[in-house]
Amino acid sequence: MCGIVGLHLRDDALRPRLGALLRGMLCQVSERGPDSAGIAVYGDDSLAPVGQATVSLLGTDPSEVAMEGVTVASRGDVTLVSAPVPTEVLATRVAAALPHAVIVGRGPGLAILKGVGHPVTLADRFGLDTVTGYQAVAHTRMATESAVTAAHCHPFSVEDGVCLVHNGSFANHATIRRELIGDGVAFDSDNDSEVGARFLAHRLAAGDDVEKGLRRLCERFDGFYTLLVSTADSFAVVRDAIACKPALIAETDRWVAMASEYRALATLPGVEGARVFEPEPEEVYSWTR
Amino acid sequence: MDPLDLDRMSVRDVNRSLRELRAGDEVTVLNPMGRHNLAVGLDNDVTVRIAGPAGYYVGGLGKRATVVVDGPAGWGVGENLMSGLVRVRGNASQSAAASAHGGTIVVDGDASLRAAISLKGATVAIAGDVGAYCGFLAQAGTVLIGGDAGPHLGDSLYEAVIYVAGRVRGLGTDARIEELTETDVKTVTDLVDRYGFDHVDPRNVTRVASARQLYHFDTHAHDAY
Repeated sequence: MCGIVGLHLRDDALRPRLGALLRGMLCQVSERGPDSAGIAVYGDDSLAPVGQATVSLLGTDPSEVAMEGVTVASRGDVTLVSAPVPTEVLATRVAAALPHAVIVGRGPGLAILKGVGHPVTLADRFGLDTVTGYQAVAHTRMATESAVTAAHCHPFSVEDGVCLVHNGSFANHATIRRELIGDGVAFDSDNDSEVGARFLAHRLAAGDDVEKGLRRLCERFDGFYTLLVSTADSFAVVRDAIACKPALIAETDRWVAMASEYRALATLPGVEGARVFEPEPEEVYSWTR
Repeated sequence: MDPLDLDRMSVRDVNRSLRELRAGDEVTVLNPMGRHNLAVGLDNDVTVRIAGPAGYYVGGLGKRATVVVDGPAGWGVGENLMSGLVRVRGNASQSAAASAHGGTIVVDGDASLRAAISLKGATVAIAGDVGAYCGFLAQAGTVLIGGDAGPHLGDSLYEAVIYVAGRVRGLGTDARIEELTETDVKTVTDLVDRYGFDHVDPRNVTRVASARQLYHFDTHAHDAY
């Protein structure tokens, strides 16, 4: 099953309420994915300081981060390391200093929080109510393809600032994984959704924009999927050809929201006047700040 | 009767109260907030008004009851309905009226993909547009689409009949357009009058039915086995 919610703010006055609004949405899709959850937050200064690169890590804790010139924060099982250097430089330093840790998110202004357990419990452990920012995505997971661990949780963030969350299952992910490995791409998990994220990152690196990359993903991947992809300044949704997995988009002057079910939108401010619609199969919808 | 408030009662308790209503009773359900399984499995001549957006399967499995949703509805509105009426005064998500055996499902807005999938005898009237695969595998019943139909309309259709007032973006496998008879015009006129679909001209709809080439095994193919 799995549940997806995402919120892309247009009205900066809502930024202090981002986490609280997302928490309300997340609770409504927890039944769709009670085993684990993950959250991507863009623009929270306390998690990912403005003007710095941040990497989000699993498998370590702040006491192990003996690196100079970095800021360290932690939420639940995730350790966030930030420094005023390019993301790639920071990621390389972190990988060398903490070889056993898994980098689950990278980019300026982006924090990824993941964990195993009920999504509402995790939201409290992460302090989601107090999170601020301009954009956030959350995923509740009911695992079908691979193990229930924090590393298997969505979002998959494998490229600077880019996150992908997936509801569904890819049928030909093993074939595409082999092709990507042949092209030199490395994987962190055996999750089918990570193949989607790596494929998209590979296309972005080759010069595609998100829309074009997602259209290529639709051509190449078989299976069921509703995908929500976010970057530092955009938010995009696409579904498979027969739209097997649910998706709703709601849009107002103040925000754009996407959710698996209407009830996750029901508490957003001004939803009564929102333009609510279901994305058409294989059509890419995107919004840019 | 006093309204039932989902801010203060669970879905299960609201549904239990609805099943305890007596014939002729009318009740409003407040604060639905897109919750699932509202007013399912009713079995009496009662009227239930859902005052806002409903989630999955609203009014499903019902007999005799009238269920009106003042807002949009989620997947499977009126799924497996046996008789009575389920009316959505807004848009309906996917698989509206799936497998419905009898009664009527009315959507005053648009319906998403696979409306009337595997329909088994119910009447489905949609004022607006429908998404892809409307009437997929529909075995019996009537579907009226007041707007446009998406691609693959009536794919693998059995004996249900579909009427489309707007444009048909594409027919599914084994679906074909047939000539409109006076009986068809009367069927559509009755629906238009009853549900106030004033924008539909009953003489100007497209009748879509099965070409019956798919669902009988072709004995000429015996040689292949």
